Order: sequence, then C-alpha cells, then structure tokens
Amino acid sequence: MSEDIIFAKDLCKTFNGLKAVDGISLRMSRGECFGILGPNGAGKTTTVRMIYGFSPVSSGTLKVFGMDIQKHARLIKAKSGVCQQENNLDPDLTVFQNLVTFASYFDIPRATARQRASELLRFMRLEHKEHAKILELSGGMQRRLVIARTLINKPELLILDEPTTGLDPQSRHQVWGRLTELKDQGLGILLTTHYMEEAAHLCDRLVIMDHGRILVEGGPLDLIHQNVGANVIEVESPSESLLNFVKESDLDHEELSHRLLIYTRDGETLFGKVSEGFCDRGCSLRMATLEDVFLKLTGRELRD
Amino acid sequence: MAVREMNWLPQISPRFVRILQRNSQVLRRTWKVNFLPPVLEPVLYLLAFGAGLGLLVREISYQGEPVSYVAYIAPALIAINIMYNAFFENTFASYVRMYYQKTYDAIMATPLNLDEIITGEIVWGAVKSLIATILMMAVISFFKLLVYPQAILIVPLALLGGLAFGSVAMCFTALVPQIEVFNFPIFLFITPMFLFSGTFFPLATLPNWAQVLAQVLPLTHLVALVRALAMGKLEGQLLLSLLYLVLFSAVTFILAILLMRRRLIN
Repeated sequence: MSEDIIFAKDLCKTFNGLKAVDGISLRMSRGECFGILGPNGAGKTTTVRMIYGFSPVSSGTLKVFGMDIQKHARLIKAKSGVCQQENNLDPDLTVFQNLVTFASYFDIPRATARQRASELLRFMRLEHKEHAKILELSGGMQRRLVIARTLINKPELLILDEPTTGLDPQSRHQVWGRLTELKDQGLGILLTTHYMEEAAHLCDRLVIMDHGRILVEGGPLDLIHQNVGANVIEVESPSESLLNFVKESDLDHEELSHRLLIYTRDGETLFGKVSEGFCDRGCSLRMATLEDVFLKLTGRELRD
Repeated sequence: MAVREMNWLPQISPRFVRILQRNSQVLRRTWKVNFLPPVLEPVLYLLAFGAGLGLLVREISYQGEPVSYVAYIAPALIAINIMYNAFFENTFASYVRMYYQKTYDAIMATPLNLDEIITGEIVWGAVKSLIATILMMAVISFFKLLVYPQAILIVPLALLGGLAFGSVAMCFTALVPQIEVFNFPIFLFITPMFLFSGTFFPLATLPNWAQVLAQVLPLTHLVALVRALAMGKLEGQLLLSLLYLVLFSAVTFILAILLMRRRLIN
C-alpha cells in the first residue's frame, strides 16, 4: 500500500449533477509510467485535476504518496510536477525567469533555483533561449519549457496532461526522448493522452476511460492481445461473399462504411485465405495497435 | 469536522509574498510606463484646476476656514490616485493574469493555494497604490500643498485605501464573464465616486439624500482622511472614516476570496 504513489478507489467527480468521473479505481506505483487514455470528454483531465489537488473530490478515496489529497494538498503539490493541458507559462517573464520564479513558489533558495534552471534548460535543449520571451518560442519549445518547469522542484511524481497535443512530429519525439530519460531515472509519470503511439511508447501500464469509467487496464501489449489479437486484416470495399465468410466463421470483426477489419491471432493463415479467396485489391495485413483497441472499445462516432 | 465548518475562512500563509515578488519582478521592467501617470496627472490637474477653475473658485471653506481651491483638491487627487491604482491593477491586470495568461492555474499546482494567490494580488494592488502615492506626494510637495509631518501618515493610509479598492476590484474580477464588462463597475461605481465623494466640491453642497448616499462610498472616507492629513487638521470624527475603510476592506477581501474560489475551484 505504501508503495502506491497514487491510490484511487471509487473516485467520483460530479459537475452540476453530471458525473464526469464515475467510480474509478486505480493504483500507480513508484517509478512507473501510467497512462490514462480516452476520447475527449472521457474524464481524463478531470481525473488528473483531482490527483494534483486542483479539483475537489466529490466522493471516494484518493491518496497521493499515501496522503489524503483533501487534507495534505500542499505537501503533495510540493512533491509533484504538473504540466497542465493549457500552456500557462508566464508571458510577463523571460524563459529563465519563468523557471526561477516558479522555483520561488516551492521556497527553493535563489542560488539553487538558478543553478537548477540552467541544468533544466540544457536538459530540454533550450539553453540558447535563456533570455527569450515566451511568445518568441515555438509551440514545441514552449512545451519543453513547461516540462522543464515541472521538474524545478525535483518532483517524485510527474503529472502530464496531454503533453504533446498540437506538436509537430519532431517536437513530439524530442519530448518523448526526454520523458523516457526521466522514466529511466526512476521518476513516476502519470500521463493522459489521446495519441496511442505516445501511450504505447511511454507507458508501462494504462487504462482506457470513457464516459467517466475505466474500460480496461493493463500493459499496452497485453491490452492489444486481449482485445484485438495480434493482427488486423483490413479490406477495402469488402465483397458480399467475404462478409458472409467472416460471419459464418465467427471471426472477430468490425464493419465500417466501405471497410472491413478482421481481428485475429493467426494473421498469416487467415490472410492467405482472405486475400486469395475474396480479395482482388485493397486487402492488407498489419500488426494490431493500441489504436485498434481504443477504437474498438470507445466506438468510432465523433465526440464533439 | 470543526475544520470543515470553518472552511470559508481564508487560508493564508506568508507564502502570498511570492506573488508580490513575481509581480514586482514584472514591474521592474515596466515601471516607467506604470508610474508616469501619478507624476504627470497631478501636475495637469493642478494646472487646469489651479490656473483655470481656480480663478473662478478662489477659495473654499474647509472645517470653517477658507483654503485655496488647489489646496482643497490636491489631497483628493491623491485619494483618487490610490483608488485608481489598486482598482485597475486588480481588475484589468489581475483578470489578464487569471483568464488569458492562466498564471493562477499554473501557481495553483505549486504549494501556494488560491487564497494566497488572491491575497498576494490584492496586497500587490495596495503596494502599487502606495508607490504611486509616494511619487505623487513628492510632486505635490513642490507646490507646498502638504503640511508635514502629518502628511507622512498618508503613506500608510494609501496601503489601507489600496486594500479597500483592490479587494472590491477583485470581487468584480471574480464575477465578470469577460473583460469588457469591467465598464459597468467603472461607470456605476468608480466614476460616480470620482465626482461625488467630496473630491472637487464639499459634500455639504449636495442635497441631503445624496450626502447620506456619499457616506456609503469608500472614496468619501478616504478623501476625508487624506485631506485632513494633508492639511494637518486631524479631528476625532475621522476615526469613524478609518473604521469604515477597515471594515470595508475586511468584508470585500473575504468576499473576493470566496467569489474567486467559486469561479476557479470546481
């Protein structure tokens, strides 16, 4: 129990009678990277906002570092680093001042703060921007600076709410590289994202949430194997006979408009059958991904 | 459980000083723009009213004695300046930090809590009133319109006045849905006070009902206090004005924190 860095049981959050988080339970241990995935409005952000003490808990238990978040928010926040979804760097200050001023909120002595700020700028490859204003930075640089800022108090828990949303692939990979380094140093990371690749890349364990509830929990590979198997056969404009075959053989599949997905553990054999017997074109075999699991579990309709 | 029941009370540690440090760091870069008005404005007003209106209204009666019109309005200009500095800091500037820059959100993820952030912002507004007052007093002293040493007490008074107007400003900041809506408290609250708080003419010239109404306005009491200190004519009745400002500050301060919690913590 004391090993749990985050412990939640039957956690609920209600806004004006609406349940945004509806009785979730989860545990995260030290040094682990734990992901919360889900479509927009699933309750991911509401969950992490409760965990970093921003949003009061409506009901249930929530302990961080073994302490009740309602009673010990200040202590918990002193040991955590939080990267919120919206960019909230201080535009009135320079890059360097942002870090040093943020350090002051944690009562870090000024000399230590300046030294730490320099180290973090180097770690995030921002040392050349030390005196720049925030608005002069690109989106990727701003994000890296936010992450540098979350590390200023040497946190034991890093909470990242969609850390790479809106970044170009170069910046995203840069951020992932840094986060992997931090993970290797033993830092616990709680991450929300709707990039499956990000979750697969970084998370040891994850949950997929929808409508305020947890649908599945496990390691990325386990989740793929349990929910969709090893491979996916995609068929463009499937023929009537293929559809009949799939139904008769009782294969795990999804029918989309003009597209058929067949989930299977034994891709090669089945693919041979399907491609020779029923397809003249637009038939492919690929590895199953977390995205398949995600879409299968949360559905394909738009969420906005 | 007793703790829960007392939850509405502001929970403040000395950490709020961090907000003052953050804001003063920003001010060090922009101080010239910020403090030009308190230096220039009194000169303009004193020229306009002294050389212009002052020729028409040469003297005015204060506590039964005639004083020059310029000497009458100079303390009012200081009081108005106290009101403006805190009020505009804790409306427009605070709103920008809260709503557009999300500065409060970022700080709330650190050991500071919202009550401390709001306290820091309000005290900062009062500090701006204080600095502006010192600058303005330096200028007005050149015109020999302040009686020393009594006038020195205007400096701490500026802090109290700043707390009063900063706290009420923060209440509006917690309530307005968008920044343009600040025009309402300015037209309905600040401008009437600017004109009808015994600033440019004595309250006694107003009809009775308006005199009573004016006693509710915090600026009326601040003007009365600053004027008495500026002229070195202290009297017992002023303690009531002081008490009113203290109470007004305390009530609006707690209200500002409660309204801000309602707005930002959910």
